[in-house]
Amino acid sequence: MADDRDRDEIAVAEFHKKIKEAFEVFDHESNNTVDVREVGTIIRSLGCCPSEGELHDLIAEVEEEEPTGYIRFEKFLPVMTEVLLERRYRPIPEDILLRAFEVLDPAKRGFLSKDELIKYMTEEGEPFSQEEMEEMLSAAIDPESNSVLYKDYITMMVIDEN
Amino acid sequence: MNSPNLEDMGCGTSSATKDKKSEKALKAALVIQNWYRGYRARLKTRQRYALTIFQSIEYADEQGQLQLSNFFSFMLENYTHVQEKEPGLVTRLFGSSIQDKDRQDYLELIEIPDSYCGPRLQFPLTFTDIDLLIEAFKQQQILHAYYVLEVLFETKKVLQQMPNFTHTNTSPSKEITICDRGKNSMEILMILFVSFLVYPNDLHLNRGNHEDFMMNMRYGFTKEILHKYKLHGKKILQILEEVYTWLPIGTIIDNEVLVIHGGISESTDLNLLHRIERNKMRSVLMPPIPMDGDRAEKKNKLGTTTVAQGIRTSGSFSEQLTKQEWEQVIDILWSDPRGKRGCYPNTNRGGGCYFGPDITSKILNKYQLKILVRSHECKPEGYEICHDGKVITVFSASNYYEEGSNRGAYIRMSSGTTPRFFQYQITKATCLRPLYQRVNAIESSAIRMLKERMISRKTDLIRAFQLQDRNKSGKLSMGQWAFSMENVLGLNLPWRSLSSHLVTTDKDGNIDYMSGFQDVHIQKPVKEVQSTLIETVYRYRSDLQIIFNIIDSDHSGLISMEEFRSMWKLFKSHYSVHIDDSQFDELAERMDLNKDGSIDFNEFLKAFYVVHKFDQLTKSDTKLA
Repeated sequence: MADDRDRDEIAVAEFHKKIKEAFEVFDHESNNTVDVREVGTIIRSLGCCPSEGELHDLIAEVEEEEPTGYIRFEKFLPVMTEVLLERRYRPIPEDILLRAFEVLDPAKRGFLSKDELIKYMTEEGEPFSQEEMEEMLSAAIDPESNSVLYKDYITMMVIDEN
Repeated sequence: MNSPNLEDMGCGTSSATKDKKSEKALKAALVIQNWYRGYRARLKTRQRYALTIFQSIEYADEQGQLQLSNFFSFMLENYTHVQEKEPGLVTRLFGSSIQDKDRQDYLELIEIPDSYCGPRLQFPLTFTDIDLLIEAFKQQQILHAYYVLEVLFETKKVLQQMPNFTHTNTSPSKEITICDRGKNSMEILMILFVSFLVYPNDLHLNRGNHEDFMMNMRYGFTKEILHKYKLHGKKILQILEEVYTWLPIGTIIDNEVLVIHGGISESTDLNLLHRIERNKMRSVLMPPIPMDGDRAEKKNKLGTTTVAQGIRTSGSFSEQLTKQEWEQVIDILWSDPRGKRGCYPNTNRGGGCYFGPDITSKILNKYQLKILVRSHECKPEGYEICHDGKVITVFSASNYYEEGSNRGAYIRMSSGTTPRFFQYQITKATCLRPLYQRVNAIESSAIRMLKERMISRKTDLIRAFQLQDRNKSGKLSMGQWAFSMENVLGLNLPWRSLSSHLVTTDKDGNIDYMSGFQDVHIQKPVKEVQSTLIETVYRYRSDLQIIFNIIDSDHSGLISMEEFRSMWKLFKSHYSVHIDDSQFDELAERMDLNKDGSIDFNEFLKAFYVVHKFDQLTKSDTKLA
């Protein structure tokens, strides 16, 4: 029983250090605050994949009473620790991602045209900004066919991350 | 954020299957978007980490300079002692440079061969000369030493007429670090100086921390010049050093905007800075020698017998700034703004300070100024505003550390309106490559540099690891490993996040600490010599480079074996390096670089480099390490 508690404490301590590291990299002024616009990046860098809506809620939790545009570490730490302990917002497995692309390609051609991808990404779900769309296209589009060969694309991204 | 309205999905007819299909499409889109945002965030983070690594190492190197500076001070202060033991050595180190040939005399000696097909400048310079230079440099041509010297002489003449701070009225404003990175610093310098000579009232150049002949020695500009100008390089370096000292300290625009290179401190005194003789500031590595009455007398007592000719310390101390003046200039060139209030030593860089928003307000108010524009720190977006809009950092060199590392920017200011920022990133290749490729490139470059750092401290690191590894298992917990890494390397890096790039971790999350040294090693120039010696020389090679360059006052690339040995002994004692003298001798002997009692120190230092196991064709061209 005591052993379990020790182990938990150690786990929490490690989480704290991990969160601190991720936070500090974006703390440009070295004053334990980060720009609220970078909080999403920090949370995702810790391995979590909240949707935009979920991210919005998280930010509300860590913001000041009167939003200053900055998030303080003291508020961020406990919230983020809970998220990690509860293993919330788990990343999407590769096979689910593949299936998602396949849903958008009911004719089973093995690709999505550039226009189709743009349409889905900017009109459905939680739409991409122009920057996000451009960035995705730059890597996803196969220049010869001007389409997204999604299976290859996924494989490439997964290899890159590992 | 956006709650998609199911009714808007599909094409009008609300059949059940159509809705179901749309709902599936919606969910699929959400999955892909979610995944992509996560992936993108991790890419951006990796980019940030890479930048942090570059920056930490750069600053740590600058901090190393403080140690070098202390070393020089130590030598100067113990001058007599050193002089007794190693006569001539200190003279060589600190004596003022070679004969001051008159400009005309020197230029007349240089001939431009008919075969020279590079750009030819016409004095007085006009804008056609600027265009000419730019076109020529685009074609990789080199400007003949004759013209280089003419430009430098002329620039020095014009700068000498200028006050420490130039006052001007609104016009496009740019803050830049001129040289020290990349291989074309000379060309950029020439374009800048020529432009300055054509438009002396419109182009204002301020001195930055790298406009310093010793910094140039460390970071490669000296090498670039000596390489491009084999015959006249020494003279060019000599005049360049003087030009640097004549660069103004800052610019004041519209009596509102202060433009300087680094920053300020709580004691910044603009009135004092207006008054000082700025050209006495030779280098950040040569602080003024303490001037207490005692010492002055001691030195005078020694008279001319021990004080060699030309040494700066002889006679007048009026050749140097006072300690207070020197520190004021260092603050201007080396300080960085931070969010924390107050003013405290810039331990990262080893010079200047960190100043908070309260300091900014205080100093700006004191002199009725509104904004501080400065450079000195690489920003990913090319610029950054802090201290409530009162401090603007502008960094114009894009891809500063590595291709894709950052954008460059410049500001356009007009009175009464807010400043406008223009960003860019040079090299078409960078702009066209997808984000993940760019990130991969700078990430591997950064990790590479970090590994080289690790290998240069291998002995200390292993000792630290073993101290914690009680049962000699070869493994440590993440916390223990991170602690040791930071303790020894002092780079303030996110070790936990970087661990996957540096070491192997087992399934229990424990780290095999020796795995960090697996695919990197320092090339042993000679098999029989101890690793610790190799490691030490590799670690201090930048410092040794500077020291050797200074001893080699005639820039021949050779110093005597005696001087080499003496230098090493002094260096050793000051840096507390515990290596047997005989080891060092043996190394030099075995490397057979001894040419008639002289040693080619460039060859010596070049022989110490790091090999990466998985390098394919070319060696890494480590720019900063």
